[in-house]
Amino acid sequence: MSSNSFVKFDKVDKSYDGDVLVVKDLNVDIPKGEFLTMLGPSGSGKTTTLMMLAGFETPTSGEIYLDGDAISSIPPYKRGIGMVFQNYALFPHMTVNENLSFPLEVRKLNKSEIQDKVKKALSMVELQDFGNRMPMQLSGGQQQRVALARALVFEPRLVLMDEPLGALDKKLREQMQYEIKHIHENIGITVVYVTHDQSEALTMSNRIAVFNDGKIQQISTPDILYEKPECAFVAQFIGENNQLKGKVKSINGNSCVIKTEKGEEIKSLKVNVKAVGEGSTVSLRPERVEINSPDTNFENTFDGTVKELIYLGDHIRTRVEVCGNDQFIVKVPNSYKGANLKTGTSVKLSWKASDSRALDLG
Amino acid sequence: MSQAANNQILTTDGIPLKVSLKKAERKNKIRAFTLVLPLLLFILITFVFPIFNMLARSVDDKQINTVFPKTFEIYKKWDQSDLPSEEMYATLFNEVITADGRQIGKASTRMNYSKSGWKSLIKKSKRQFKKIKEGPYKEKMIAIDKRWANIEYWKALGQMVDPYTMGYYLNAVDLTYDSNKKIIQQPEKRRIYNSTWWLTFEVSVLVTLFCLILGYPISYLLATLPLKFSNLLMICVLLPFWTSLLVRTVSWIVILMQKGIFNSILVWAGIIADENRMQLIYNKTGTLIAMTQILLPFMVLPLYSVMKTISPTYMRAALNLGAQPMHAFYKIYMPQTIPGISAGGLLVFVLAIGYFITPELVGGSEGLLIGHFIAYHLKTTLNWGLCSALGAILLAVMLVLYWAYNKIVGIENIKLG
Repeated sequence: MSSNSFVKFDKVDKSYDGDVLVVKDLNVDIPKGEFLTMLGPSGSGKTTTLMMLAGFETPTSGEIYLDGDAISSIPPYKRGIGMVFQNYALFPHMTVNENLSFPLEVRKLNKSEIQDKVKKALSMVELQDFGNRMPMQLSGGQQQRVALARALVFEPRLVLMDEPLGALDKKLREQMQYEIKHIHENIGITVVYVTHDQSEALTMSNRIAVFNDGKIQQISTPDILYEKPECAFVAQFIGENNQLKGKVKSINGNSCVIKTEKGEEIKSLKVNVKAVGEGSTVSLRPERVEINSPDTNFENTFDGTVKELIYLGDHIRTRVEVCGNDQFIVKVPNSYKGANLKTGTSVKLSWKASDSRALDLG
Repeated sequence: MSQAANNQILTTDGIPLKVSLKKAERKNKIRAFTLVLPLLLFILITFVFPIFNMLARSVDDKQINTVFPKTFEIYKKWDQSDLPSEEMYATLFNEVITADGRQIGKASTRMNYSKSGWKSLIKKSKRQFKKIKEGPYKEKMIAIDKRWANIEYWKALGQMVDPYTMGYYLNAVDLTYDSNKKIIQQPEKRRIYNSTWWLTFEVSVLVTLFCLILGYPISYLLATLPLKFSNLLMICVLLPFWTSLLVRTVSWIVILMQKGIFNSILVWAGIIADENRMQLIYNKTGTLIAMTQILLPFMVLPLYSVMKTISPTYMRAALNLGAQPMHAFYKIYMPQTIPGISAGGLLVFVLAIGYFITPELVGGSEGLLIGHFIAYHLKTTLNWGLCSALGAILLAVMLVLYWAYNKIVGIENIKLG
């Protein structure tokens, strides 16, 4: 086991019914102090993974290590892991203070110590004056902060968050994202965060593990996930993405040529293709495509037809039909060039081979 | 605000807003009222009116005042130190002779409640009075029956002079008036109500407690098991609910009687000897067992409906925060079920306190509850005054309980589903 792995999933499988594996052969190392986000669509196994870490589910096979100790057989109340639940799970019959004291009381701390810690935790989330309120009397955002304070007040080794911002409106959600990020930075605690919202994941995380179909598709820092997706699912799930389907025509070292059904040949980076003749999805970010560029440095240049223009202020979202794909999106900056585009006109689209990534079929 | 009061807000066509609003809502109100009307009438006729009628009957003493108005007029002047005057004898004589037979019968029944013997005295005298054509009535009446010379009979009339009486209420708690209209305890052998009241309370409290102890785990299972199991369990809870009350009570007799299934199994298993078969029915034990089983659904359903709304994440959160499962259950789960516990408890208690059929069938003579005596006076002795007083006390107890419950738990916390 590597020394910098604080949480380690070692070949973990999980099945509820004996027929379907919800989590398949999961191997993750989380170093101390990291903010790791598990991102994926619902049913991808990310929440199950979190529940196994919290102790509410047991792995069907494999082992989870926390700080070097196998924890699969340790009950949740002995793990010392803090958790923020999806709907906060604040105890409705207790005041905010009582909610925060609860984990300290079960640990048999003395009264003055409890008071100090509760006060400190409340001031950390800027709710000093709300100690005597009942959870029902707080707004969603305030409840969220109390839940956060409660998960941190007993100074756990690890904090888990299960879609904690899902119930908040957009503005509050963004504000809370920064707050959680700052708290993480200030106290340096290890966080495992579960969400299905990719922008939330990109904002907050040190690393993101993208889940699909019970497996981690790719685990990496936000920028690498966005810039260098390893598979079609990640490329499509994170950020906006154009996909062009075709077959591998030739492979030359790190680069390859993908031939579409209509015969266009796209020069691409060889990322997730192995042999000539197999199917591939070429992934391309909309902002890496130039329209009617005079520059000749682009390896790929194709003719397309403008199908739709959507005015978005700073840029014009342009839907183009090219290489047999009529959902090809280009973001054209709202400059002189963009103002001239009309629906139905022919345009020249160009992009670099290093920006088009030949991935699996997905 | 004061400005708004002075300058009424007007709608665009110049009608005051409030008037316009009322007009717009009138149709809806009439519609709503029409929908409610049949039920309202039904409740008024079958519920509100009988209750007030009952409350009135429990203090009513008017009937006898309409039979002996003149006698009572003179009675008020009597000093009660010696036998009444010839005038009082004569008035009573006339009123007995002239009164309608049925009215006299009712009146003499009432007189008998104050002093037993009055009824037979009147009955006997009424036949003999026809022979008396003229006074002096006092001597002739005493000649018919010596009891006419007993001052205690005359004194007992004093309780009835007033058209309203507390007598029935006193009787309902084993008290009575003596001949000088002082409140005293009933003679030892007639004291039955206080012990019955306490037994009724004891049984109701115990049944509520047993229902809670038995119902809580079942409700918890119902609320937490996966749907296919919980549906099955729900049917098991509801099945007896759909079975006739009488059938269920009688089955308990079959199970619990001395030669019944339960005792036989114990004997067969060698746990008790054949001659030591337990007396489980026709006593308090039988009443408790049968009533607990019959009222159990009334505890389970409110509990279940409350537990169903408690998200399992609360328990998870408590465990996650470091609480042992038992501690988490006691500190986090239980307090959230209080609305269900109190709703179920109140429901079972209220039903148990007025329960009739089951204790009547399985209670024997020692397990009779207050409901039995209400029915007994209603149907057998026709002492509706006492019957009403018992009912009114029951009603008052329930209102007090309701009030106390509202003070302690708050009625808005009640949840029946």
